[in-house]
Amino acid sequence: MVKVKPAEEYEDIPGTFVFNAERSRQGYGINMFCMSLMKDENRKTFKANEAAYLKKYPLTPEQTDAILKRDYNRMLELGGNIYFTAKLGATDGHSFRHLAAVMTGSTQDDYAKMMLEGGRSVEGNRSKSGKYDKPARKAAAGSAKKAKPSKKRKS
Amino acid sequence: MAKIIAGLASSHVPAIGAAIDNKQTEEPYWKRVFAGFEKTKRWMAETKPDVVIAIYNDHASAFSVELIPTFALGTATEFPPADEGWGPRPVPVVKGHPELASHIATSAILDGFDLTIVNKMEVDHGLTVPLNLAFGSPKEWPCPVIPLAVNVVQYPPPTGKRCFDLGRAIRKAVASYPDDLRVVVFGTGGMSHQISGPRAGLINQKFDKAFLDGLTKDPKKLAAMPHLEYMREAGAEGIELVMWHVMRGALDDKVKEVYRFYTVPASNTAVGHIILENTGKAAKTAARKKVGAGKVAAKKSGKKPARKAA
Repeated sequence: MVKVKPAEEYEDIPGTFVFNAERSRQGYGINMFCMSLMKDENRKTFKANEAAYLKKYPLTPEQTDAILKRDYNRMLELGGNIYFTAKLGATDGHSFRHLAAVMTGSTQDDYAKMMLEGGRSVEGNRSKSGKYDKPARKAAAGSAKKAKPSKKRKS
Repeated sequence: MAKIIAGLASSHVPAIGAAIDNKQTEEPYWKRVFAGFEKTKRWMAETKPDVVIAIYNDHASAFSVELIPTFALGTATEFPPADEGWGPRPVPVVKGHPELASHIATSAILDGFDLTIVNKMEVDHGLTVPLNLAFGSPKEWPCPVIPLAVNVVQYPPPTGKRCFDLGRAIRKAVASYPDDLRVVVFGTGGMSHQISGPRAGLINQKFDKAFLDGLTKDPKKLAAMPHLEYMREAGAEGIELVMWHVMRGALDDKVKEVYRFYTVPASNTAVGHIILENTGKAAKTAARKKVGAGKVAAKKSGKKPARKAA
């Protein structure tokens, strides 16, 4: 009998798919397919006939569909890892930042602007349950009072 | 005897490497980032380490999901740059220090750290970007580099405490190596960032600054932070920061913070950087003596540095 494992605490983090052992097992085909795209000849073969190329890898119909549709969040949900799926992005000529914008549902311009303005705030983004609306504890022991001048500048 | 004289930590954002490779470092967006490492290059040129031990993570370049070593120590004579999808970065081949690396492996394993030993490995931006930030873009890296790859891709990475303790074991190993080598340890990755999923773009400056403070002043307490807190507060990929604890563990309890730099953003990431020196007098004197002994090719001198034979 298969017992249901209790949910990991990190599953409470919103908008995040933690690449754990279970996802790694589930997404082995996605990640090995992505790994193959490190070779130029494979990139060409894939681009010539994507569906045919994907048949060489152990993928579920959902996984194949997510890859063909470039549904990056779905790929992560089904066991893909960002460092691997980014190779698919690179094959399409896209950077990490481009993919990040796509995964957040932003336009490229809006995402770039958000980053220049200091990125997505952690406030309100800590937990789905709302359990962790403020930091669990001081991240570090050192005093925050004597903060050194930051070189942060917005360009 | 060999000695660890200092530690350096830095983010290893791939876009920084791309900006160097595409000659965009003078563009305002990138100038802001590179300006923060000018002092670093001067410090490296003065410090002139004989060997760098670089703690970094592979990003599905040398290791796929077929093999996921938690700690992999490079004992090869050289480590070529990996093709990460656009051809290998145009950076020098990283030359190792097989004798010291093997000595560290032996000592650390007997000390209870079951390291994976790697004799053939390509290295990606995780290693080469921090080398650029520290040394600029010379024809050859000015000293041998021992790579230590840490798994931070598949959860769970090693704990902060385990990383810190490995740093301690590396320090002990270096101290028992007979040659008079001056060693600098690099911790790389971070700071806060998330590049995956709908929460991508997360940056937490408060967390990062507290982390930098804690790293200098109370590293053991900082190393006790659970993984959940990195992921929640610093983003799913912010967990790379555990690698900084290996560097810190390799240093003295009390260190001198000689430099710090922080800027947001580089691509999706908060860039953090710190240099910590051991304050032991011997290390200092040795450092002084070395200054002026040769030119490090960090700057535009174009001269090849005289690389010490390993």
